[in-house]
Amino acid sequence: MIRLGALGVGLLFVITLLWGVIQPREAVAPDPVKALHKHPQEIEWTTNGVFGKFDRKQMQRGFQVYKEICSACHSIHRVAFRDLAALGFSAPEIKAIAAGYDIATIDDKTGEPTTRKGLPADKFPLIYPNEIAARAAQNGALPPDLSLITKAREDGPNYVHSLITGYADAPANWKVPDGLYYNPYFRSLNVAMPPPLAADDQITYVDGTKATKDQMARDVATFLTWTAEPKLEARKETGVAAIAFLLILTALGYLSYRKVWADVKRKPAAV
Amino acid sequence: MSFPWAKHYQPTSEFGKYMDSRLPLPRFIYGALGAGYPTPKNLNYFYNFGVLAGVALVIQIITGVVLGMHYAANTGIAFDSVEHIMRDVNSGWMIRYMHAVGASFFFAVVYVHIFRGLYYGSYKPPREVLWLLGLVIFLLMMATAFMGYVLVWGQMSFWGATVITNLFSAVPIVGEAIHTWLLGGFAPDNATLNRFFSLHYLLPFIIFGVIILHVWALHIPGSNNPTGVDVKGPQDTVPFHPYYTAKDFFGLGVYLTLFSVFVFFLPNALGEVDNYVPANPLSTPTHIVPEWYLLPFYAILKAFTTDFLLVKAKLWGVIAMLAAIVLLFFLPWLDTSPVRSNRYRPLNRIFFWIFVADCLVLGYCGGQLAVEPWVRIGQLAAAYYFAHFLIIIPLIARFEKTLPLPNSISESVLAKYGKPPASGSAGTLGGTAPQPAE
Ligand code: HEC
Repeated sequence: MIRLGALGVGLLFVITLLWGVIQPREAVAPDPVKALHKHPQEIEWTTNGVFGKFDRKQMQRGFQVYKEICSACHSIHRVAFRDLAALGFSAPEIKAIAAGYDIATIDDKTGEPTTRKGLPADKFPLIYPNEIAARAAQNGALPPDLSLITKAREDGPNYVHSLITGYADAPANWKVPDGLYYNPYFRSLNVAMPPPLAADDQITYVDGTKATKDQMARDVATFLTWTAEPKLEARKETGVAAIAFLLILTALGYLSYRKVWADVKRKPAAV
Repeated sequence: MSFPWAKHYQPTSEFGKYMDSRLPLPRFIYGALGAGYPTPKNLNYFYNFGVLAGVALVIQIITGVVLGMHYAANTGIAFDSVEHIMRDVNSGWMIRYMHAVGASFFFAVVYVHIFRGLYYGSYKPPREVLWLLGLVIFLLMMATAFMGYVLVWGQMSFWGATVITNLFSAVPIVGEAIHTWLLGGFAPDNATLNRFFSLHYLLPFIIFGVIILHVWALHIPGSNNPTGVDVKGPQDTVPFHPYYTAKDFFGLGVYLTLFSVFVFFLPNALGEVDNYVPANPLSTPTHIVPEWYLLPFYAILKAFTTDFLLVKAKLWGVIAMLAAIVLLFFLPWLDTSPVRSNRYRPLNRIFFWIFVADCLVLGYCGGQLAVEPWVRIGQLAAAYYFAHFLIIIPLIARFEKTLPLPNSISESVLAKYGKPPASGSAGTLGGTAPQPAE
């Protein structure tokens, strides 16, 4: 009875599905975006691999790029000033950086909203108070907070590098709407962000490194890898130790397993 | 518990004797996971996965309880609190990655465990109730994992919750009311997040309870084994401890090593990047997908694209997705073949592997956008899924000519080591690779 019922139910589902299979499909025009879209360029980051580490100098340069260029539009509000110690900044340097920002607060005499100088424990402030203000200032587009961007996009660091260096002239068959820019790495090809890296030497690196567009892009992508995953080094170090420990433990486990089973597994001839 | 030759617990210390006559917990453990549980001696590595599933649950509970100390189930700050765990809580990143990767690993282990049960016929009498309890655990796991994923309150959390809870509104007449009742509103919001957190914290302990029943139901008939042949006597078994505790310890080492590779080096490989974007009800991601372990069922849901027999496509999908799980509860009565193990079921074995491939295809299709050829392939794969359980398995059970079974477990073990069997005509059978009949 159960099996008859099952047969009935089974046939019902199968027929319904096959009915769906034989339905004609509407012809879909090939997606022009797909044809033009490019995958980010693969880059050898110092953070790659099992023993990957941040290059402190590079992160400081990346922070400089962020501060002098990207921070005009993008916040990194999940990062606190004190976190910058991981880049190799000293406590007084961090204090000075923090003091360069105004933080919203309440006047402790009048209770009125006011601002004060940033402290190391503060987070980087938002650029715009809310999404509406951001869109109003950015021609309807929303510059995302960059704290997590390298984890919030497929192939994050490579993507950021390719995106900000990858602006190009649109091919003849592609129409870019007013106020947008052609960028084959962006999902819709039309990005609202004006090319942030206009030319080499747009900024002057404190450490004297030549600020080519590519160099700036690599540096800021590294910095943003850190903002998204500040514990990356601790994670990899812990991982190496944990796996080394587990491999030894597992090997010992295997040996004791063999030993325990020796009498059961011995070939019968030897019994 | 099960066999007359099982060793009995002998308290050795004064304290042991004292406890044994008051709360015989050590006796209980001894019988359940110690030397008092006679276990078939021919279990292969696939039989490690039951213990691994238990460990995976314990890892989820421990890491989850710690996460719960720092997490805030409020739509305004849920995402921020997760980032707070990642950045500011001591080793918070490790706890959270263990929990997120742990969920994936739990499912991977449980899938191997289920497919092992399918291959060796562990669902067959006298282990039907054991199988049913396992399915209850599986269902609870899916609910728990789904709600846990929502707690992050990222884009995929929010939109996944929207899509899945919307399914209830496909139910005629009462659908909308159920949908609103489940969510505590018309769309996922604070009420939803709060109840999901509450349930996500509760369900693992219910799973734990059902696991106790599952293990209890296992100990009545005892473990199945790769030959599927019943245990005949003491020569067929070894005490669980130290034999399988040693083997499970080794298996656990391998598991934890692999687990660490993901936690420490590929922590986000199994997740969706969109979930690092805070939930935004005004912006729909281009592609909403569940976590990988739910993709085959998602593919079945999406496979129904046309209204048929007066039933809307969406309702078909919902019914089919439910049916895909519910039918597993009937499996012990659909497969009536008296032979358990696929080692001795040449025809069924072929379809078993087709079914494995089918599940992988379904999983792949579940992760694709609704474009050809994936829609059609998904439909065919879904059709096979139902045909496999509801049509093919009952028919095979009826007509298949099975291979001769070994007389006992120990005989099949001896055959594996090359000694001519003591008796019986089926002695030519290999222990690992089944020989073709005649
Ligand atoms: C003039 C303002 C402006 C500056 C300066 C700027 N951006 Fe942007 N950025 C935007 C806007 C606007 C968007 C949103 C684009 C869209 O959605 O079309 C954006 C988007 C992005 C995105 C996300 C793209 C995506 O996949 O959604 C990244 C990454 C990014 N910017 C990186 C940078 C970096 C790195 C810098 C500094 C080198 C920078 N931006 C400087 C305005 C700016």
